[in-house]
Amino acid sequence: MPARNVWRRATSSLARGAVYGLTAVALIPLGLVLWHTVVNGLPAATHVDFFVNVERPVGIPGAGVAHAIVGSAIMVGIASAVAVPLGVVSGVNLVEFGGGLARAVRLAADVLVGAPSIAIGLFAYVLFVAPFHHFSGMAGALALAILMLPVVIRTTEGAVALIPAGLRESGLALGLPRWRVALQLVLPAAAPGVITGALLAMARAAGETAPLLFTGFGNRFWTVDPTQPMSALPLIVFHDALTPYPSLQQQAWGAALVLVAAMLVINLASRWVVRRQQRFAGQL
Amino acid sequence: MSDLSAFRQPVVQAARPELRAVAGISQNKLRIKELSFYYDRTRALKDLTFDIPERRITAIIGPSGCGKSTLLRVFNRMYDLVPRARAQGSVLFEGEDIVTTRRLLELRQRIGMVFQRPSPFPMSIRDNVAFAPRLLGWGSARVKEAVARSLQAAALWDEVKDRLGDSATSLSGGQLQRLSIARCLAVNPEVILMDEPCSALDPIATLKIEDLMVELARDYTIVIVTHNMQQAARVSDNTAFMLMNQAERCGELIEFAPTHELFNQPRDRRTEDYITGRFG
Ligand SMILES: Nc1ncnc2c1ncn2[C@@H]1O[C@H](COP(=O)(O)OP(=O)(O)OP(=O)(O)O)[C@@H](O)[C@H]1O
Ligand SMILES: [Mg+2]
Repeated sequence: MPARNVWRRATSSLARGAVYGLTAVALIPLGLVLWHTVVNGLPAATHVDFFVNVERPVGIPGAGVAHAIVGSAIMVGIASAVAVPLGVVSGVNLVEFGGGLARAVRLAADVLVGAPSIAIGLFAYVLFVAPFHHFSGMAGALALAILMLPVVIRTTEGAVALIPAGLRESGLALGLPRWRVALQLVLPAAAPGVITGALLAMARAAGETAPLLFTGFGNRFWTVDPTQPMSALPLIVFHDALTPYPSLQQQAWGAALVLVAAMLVINLASRWVVRRQQRFAGQL
Repeated sequence: MSDLSAFRQPVVQAARPELRAVAGISQNKLRIKELSFYYDRTRALKDLTFDIPERRITAIIGPSGCGKSTLLRVFNRMYDLVPRARAQGSVLFEGEDIVTTRRLLELRQRIGMVFQRPSPFPMSIRDNVAFAPRLLGWGSARVKEAVARSLQAAALWDEVKDRLGDSATSLSGGQLQRLSIARCLAVNPEVILMDEPCSALDPIATLKIEDLMVELARDYTIVIVTHNMQQAARVSDNTAFMLMNQAERCGELIEFAPTHELFNQPRDRRTEDYITGRFG
């Protein structure tokens, strides 16, 4: 075998080794975080109490975070109901109609994506809390909606821009109005990307603490009323982890585990949606 | 003026007389007059004047880049999608000028288009055909009737009638092109524009589409752009030959005549050179 070939093989395996090694290094912290969350969270999260009861004073057994799970669901739900339709329509509009307004929206979305979430929280405080003189789940939901909006806009834009022009032209050539072609033909074709974007935005909103600190604020009691202050899983983690009490710290780990599990479910759901949609979108 | 164009109206001869009921003289469906076209500031078409007869197949041939697709896209105003593109002159369609009409949606329904590459909608075969009729607000009985009628007219019905619910992407290239035709027929057009509809198909699928075109020309006016001169000779009644004017870099109409005349006794030297393969 010629020497050059041996040399080539050696470099190749060296390079491959380096790639695998570095990938492993990158995965270590991720694995550690997951491992810690599971190990520390399981003791709390294996009690039924944890999912059906609300917080209790330190030392009293049977505490749970049901109010925070429901609070997170309500706030993220309202946020999605606001941000997803709005974001999808503006994302489609960016591609299909363009123009000056579209450029302004694109710039605003880019700025908003990069904005620190605590700043978004403050902004929401000024708009939705201060005028009403009290914290509320609604204010928290709107803060999360502001957080989600630019993500939904940009992922929708990306997904719609990938649809070949031929599809649009075929629709228009049938005498259909532009907006109907955009919303009823192009958007469904882009659905896998759009839905994934929306789900990822939801996942991000569900994990955020900062925008809720002075909007949803937190609440130790059960409530489903969005005009009242409302708890959320990240808020439980944030508050309880800072206390010196082991039982509350355990509760924080448990809440973190529930959050991670929710992310996993959302991610799996988005994959499933994409796979299902691709059956029809096929070879577009 | 109108006398002149009547004088120029070609003697029509059917390509496949056995498939045509009567090959008589027909009305002009589209009357193109001094049509010029600009993409922003570059001129793509210059002073085209000719008439496209009703219920006949008109072929447009010419070398690449001479403006055949551009011309076709004037007829259903698809060029509106290109920013700063504009047409000058007129194309009369049943007395209304296509270039200036404001009833775009109605125009595109009446003048349908089949593209070179079929774009199946990401839905079932049935929904592909039913899509436009549904959006137009037709009742479900009428939509159902339109689906069956269009698929039959597009010679696709027998192949798909048992799997109307399957995804359209499961069809072959030739079937997809016939699905595009069915989709277009569903909204009851009068004119069908086809831009190289067979260029991606094998000879058998091509032959099927050609038969279909001849069949459809009983009821519809068909304008087809093709690079395949045998195809133009086989299916069309009239042929327009276009060429890029080298001095001005824009497309011109060189000759428009009944197909057999254009291919057998071309009047223009350039036509003869092109069809005998001496350039282009
Ligand atoms: N969207 C556009 N913007 C600017 N110029 C264009 C556009 N589309 C086409 N052109 C130009 O117009 C001229 C005619 O193009 P057209 O596509 O009509 O030619 P064609 O005869 O259909 O060619 P082919 O046989 O290759 O399809 C070409 O010079 C082309 O570069
Ligand atoms: Mg072309």
